[in-house]
Amino acid sequence: MQFGPLYVSDTEGYDVEKRPGIFSGKIGVAFLAPALVFVAIFLILPFFWIFYLSFTNRTLTGITAAHPEFVGLANYERLFDTDRWMRLGEFGNALWITARFVLGSAILGQAVVGLTIAWFFYRRKGFLRELVFTTAVLAWIIPEVVVAFAWSAFLDVDRGTLNTILAALGLGKPDWLFDHPLLSIIIFNTWRGSAFSILLFSSALETIPPSYVETADVVGASGWRKFRDIFFPLMRGHILTDLILITLWTFNVFTPFLLTGGGPRFKTELVSIYTYRTAFKFFEFGKGSAIAVVMMLINLTLAMGYLIMLRRQKVAS
Amino acid sequence: MAKILLEHVTKRFGELIAVNDVTLEVHDGEFVALLGPSGCGKTTTLRLIAGLEVPNAGRIQIGEREVTHLPPRERDVAMVFQDYALYPHMTLLDNIGYPLKVRGVGRREMVGRVTEVAQKLQIGDLLQRRPAQVSGGQQQRASVARALVHQAQVFLFDEPLSNLDAKLRLEARAFLKHLQREVGVTAVYVTHDQAEAMALADRIVVMNYGKIMQIGDPLQVYSRPANTFVASFMGNPPMNLLPCRVDLAAGKIIFDDDYMLDIAAHRERWSAAISNGPQFTLGIRPEHISISPTQLPGTIPSQVYAVQPLGGEWLVVTQVGRELVSVRLFQDEAPPLAETVWLRFDLARTFLYGSDGELLQ
Repeated sequence: MQFGPLYVSDTEGYDVEKRPGIFSGKIGVAFLAPALVFVAIFLILPFFWIFYLSFTNRTLTGITAAHPEFVGLANYERLFDTDRWMRLGEFGNALWITARFVLGSAILGQAVVGLTIAWFFYRRKGFLRELVFTTAVLAWIIPEVVVAFAWSAFLDVDRGTLNTILAALGLGKPDWLFDHPLLSIIIFNTWRGSAFSILLFSSALETIPPSYVETADVVGASGWRKFRDIFFPLMRGHILTDLILITLWTFNVFTPFLLTGGGPRFKTELVSIYTYRTAFKFFEFGKGSAIAVVMMLINLTLAMGYLIMLRRQKVAS
Repeated sequence: MAKILLEHVTKRFGELIAVNDVTLEVHDGEFVALLGPSGCGKTTTLRLIAGLEVPNAGRIQIGEREVTHLPPRERDVAMVFQDYALYPHMTLLDNIGYPLKVRGVGRREMVGRVTEVAQKLQIGDLLQRRPAQVSGGQQQRASVARALVHQAQVFLFDEPLSNLDAKLRLEARAFLKHLQREVGVTAVYVTHDQAEAMALADRIVVMNYGKIMQIGDPLQVYSRPANTFVASFMGNPPMNLLPCRVDLAAGKIIFDDDYMLDIAAHRERWSAAISNGPQFTLGIRPEHISISPTQLPGTIPSQVYAVQPLGGEWLVVTQVGRELVSVRLFQDEAPPLAETVWLRFDLARTFLYGSDGELLQ
């Protein structure tokens, strides 16, 4: 009596790579269909809808709500009208504030804080590490409304925790959200989002074999030298990934609105808040869509730049 | 070049005592192997010398300088790691030259010195490659070159050959021995492979449970193990260790109540150290037992358990009572395969260990 082979070994001329994937047949398409429909309705369709709207003067109310007209590039021309675009409450102003916000809270804030904390706790264990990491992650995952409320309470002029402490130390009671609004939301967003960078950089550091560091120790490399010659080159990919992701997230973030409402006098009006104001306060859907399209292009440019750099990085190593 | 001195050095990791009151002197220019099973404290001892760990007690001296609390960079040591620790983003040139770069040696001089060392180690053509683009053996040489290039006083090797395959390991072993002779630098070499330790070292330090079990030159440690641990660790196959009783008056060693060896002729040698009765362990190397197909005076019967040809020699495992006894025969023809064979022990080359495992006599 003879049985056929119970299984075909991968080494016996049966290439795993060429085995038809489970999603390549008709059944596979059926499995994928619900997800594809979902993506089409909620992601792809709105994209084209926004793109279309940005060339119209559609509004929520009035005659243009029912009968929007095609206005060509008029919406874009209004955004980039060089005479007035840097004025308070205009697109250029919002872009400039956003640029400073991204630079301050994402690159100088989250990335530097994340790298510093990850570096400080490299190969260390104990209560302090757990405390810092847990706090950072909590700040990251708590719902934004809760977080915004907590910070409003923290920064309140008269009865806020911060000013209570400062007053007790005899340092006065600055009105943070009024006198230093951009700085406040930069610090807020750094606090809010550093967890991602901390976790990413920590796990990147973990992947570096201890013998690399010990070799440098024995040879006599200083801390800065070790960072420059060994850690930084080996972490370059992680740093790049981190920078692009937090830049994109910070560029699009809306939470500061809950703290400052974009004010005072548009001093914290990020592009996301400007879009919101245009589309959902003034109900200018056409112009709002044009801003959204520009934001999308900026995001796309950043992402493309990132992909190109990442590919170069891979080729180099 | 310098001697290394460890005095009553102890290192604890929490509850675990990794190195327990170790005292050891490595002479100037000597090649010493730290040998033992995993977790015996040999690597920790090496890391203590390097300064990668700080002892809880005791002092460490390199040359005439006490270095117990100095950081690694002030100890003037070079270390070769098990995984070679070559930086993947640097070429071999930059890897080997890294110690020089850190010391502020100019690029031109660095290149010159690296090239010289690399040529000596036969990797001179590979300097523009990255570690991933050369073989394991070449990576190993590059890591040795990096240790050589800055002319440290002391070389520390942490199992540098265990990532190589068997053939390369033999090559690298000969290469390291040759190199150490030529450079004449003081070296401490950690390994769990007793053959490697025997082949390379001037002296072997056998460790277990954080303690030194024996220090001696390779032949000494092999031919006269100071305790049952060393006896069971050195040699492939290791020494046979048989629980036994001794009856001095009758001149007999008794295994398992039934098997007796006449030691009347050796009574003098043993009577000084032992008394009758309690449990002892008899140690004898497999090559010091011979096999006879027929019963002769002074032999004990045994059952053949397994016969293994090793090419030019045979390993015959026999059963004496409940114990297995390995016998190594240096001959080409197959040994007798009968069910029962008779063993003759070369009594002059046996060792008697007390119940605490220490060598008597």
